[in-house]
Amino acid sequence: MRLRPPTGRRLINLAVSLWAGASALVGLVILFWILYVVISRGLGALNLDFFTQLPTPPGIMGGGLANAIVGTLVLTVGATVVAVPVGLLAGIYLAEFSEDSKAGDYSRFSVNVLMGMPSIIVGVFAYTLVVVPLGHFSGYAGALALAILMLPVITRTTEDMLRLVPNTLRESALALGAPRWKVTLGIVFRAAKGGLITGILLAVARVSGETAPLLFTALNSPYWFGSLGEPTPNLTVTIFNYAMSPYPDWQQKAWGASLLITLGVLLLTVMARFWLRERKA
Amino acid sequence: MPPSAFTVAKGRRVKTSPGGDQTFRWLTFLCSLLVPLVMLAIGLELLRSSWPAVRQFGWRFFFSQEWNPVLQEFGAASSIFGTLASTLIAMFIAVPLSLAIALFLVELAPPRTSRIVGTLIELLAAVPSIIYGMWGLFVFAPFMAKYVQPLLGNTLGFLPLFQGPPMGIGMLTAGIILAFMVLPFVSAITRDVFQLVPPVVKESAFGMGATTWEVTYKVTIPYGLVGIIGAGFLGLGRALGETMAVTFVIGNAHRISTSLFAPGNTIASTLANEFSEATEPLYIGSLVALGLVLYLITYLVQVVSQTLLRRMYRAWSVGL
Repeated sequence: MRLRPPTGRRLINLAVSLWAGASALVGLVILFWILYVVISRGLGALNLDFFTQLPTPPGIMGGGLANAIVGTLVLTVGATVVAVPVGLLAGIYLAEFSEDSKAGDYSRFSVNVLMGMPSIIVGVFAYTLVVVPLGHFSGYAGALALAILMLPVITRTTEDMLRLVPNTLRESALALGAPRWKVTLGIVFRAAKGGLITGILLAVARVSGETAPLLFTALNSPYWFGSLGEPTPNLTVTIFNYAMSPYPDWQQKAWGASLLITLGVLLLTVMARFWLRERKA
Repeated sequence: MPPSAFTVAKGRRVKTSPGGDQTFRWLTFLCSLLVPLVMLAIGLELLRSSWPAVRQFGWRFFFSQEWNPVLQEFGAASSIFGTLASTLIAMFIAVPLSLAIALFLVELAPPRTSRIVGTLIELLAAVPSIIYGMWGLFVFAPFMAKYVQPLLGNTLGFLPLFQGPPMGIGMLTAGIILAFMVLPFVSAITRDVFQLVPPVVKESAFGMGATTWEVTYKVTIPYGLVGIIGAGFLGLGRALGETMAVTFVIGNAHRISTSLFAPGNTIASTLANEFSEATEPLYIGSLVALGLVLYLITYLVQVVSQTLLRRMYRAWSVGL
């Protein structure tokens, strides 16, 4: 009786195993390659001026991207302020009230579709909705586009996280006579806090690196951030413009901005994951 | 639905207002309705704004390669072709790679390694598109031009696909970078699918003396096929609409060419490049019409992937 598979089959198995290991290695190599390039090229661009000065016209050395850093923060915060309450409430409906509801099913389906919608399409939408009627590019349009991108992410994670909260908790609170809204906001939310924060962090991470929806909504600007009613400077569109420019100084700045964005986004993502793991453990 | 106001013994109402609960319920309902509304509004708005171009060009829009803002002649053929071609290249690379990664994570690697490697590969999804673009343009495209493309040209150069000067930027490079970008999405779901296959099923195959590869090929993959296809479609949807990375490396030429080394464009890259410069209504309308095409394609792909994935999860929650 042969206990081991014949050699040929073992060889195929070995080859496939090696191939699988190599594939995983390819994924890791790409990640570290990108990180290495961004860090090594970006570090040189970061100095005090980068964080405090306005950009200079081409040909003049120095200057920084302080305005774009501020602008990106403002756009992200603006989008978050709009998307978080709506997303949380929508998630509550899907998790708590949508039993056997057709509207709930359709809404859940739309959440998934909207999550996969290309961000540039959302940009075009914000353009036709806000930029065209107003007649000029504006930060409002950019923040709206980002908010639309955040909405499904927050809704989905809120629903998932609320569903994890055991029903006994709801029942005991209701049995004490607490109204439903108080049960949800005071008891269920508290139990799901970690997960909800994770969802919000992931959504913020997702949009803070977005470029496509800002290209023709917030546009960009070489001046300080004034109001959301005008073109708003931001890091990602600056990277795009500077990278495509022929000036080495600008390209260097683009790498600096890339480093900043990458670090910010990865940090948020890792933080969110860490939070989630703490919770699950 | 629990009662919102309880009545106790003597008919005295506990002080909960039914109004509060009704309002809360309606508020959450309206917010959840906002998501499908936004989705619908995007479609309608795109249709409305692209109307001038749709009326002017009709079906010709889809088949014409002409893209000339000066003469106001617009056709979507090269953008649509580029979108499909780059996505096809990406899926051609990403799907086998993702399957292999899932196999490694679930069946081969020790749990600790599997967790760390899995997390790191998922981090690839967090890297912003524009960073892939920077890396692609300044590092990966020169790498392709120096090593990969000459190699392909020398070995497979008899195919029209691999002819032409190795410039680095072009359809092939864009497709490969897209593959790296969708890789984490596809491999994460494929990993879930592999993990969801009941151990009993796998163990019975192992018990008959099958190797890991045979179990994967003959048991796991057929068992989870619906989910794997769903994962593929999810990645497909991502790849179709990826913008910045592609815009950086595809070369942005409104041309259909047989060579993968040649520059091309996609719907998303055309929008990214030209939208903020377009002023004439017909030009803008044509660009929005491109967006509408992309919207419809991704919508369709999402519907397929959601249906497949949902069917799989539903079937599996019942068990064997």
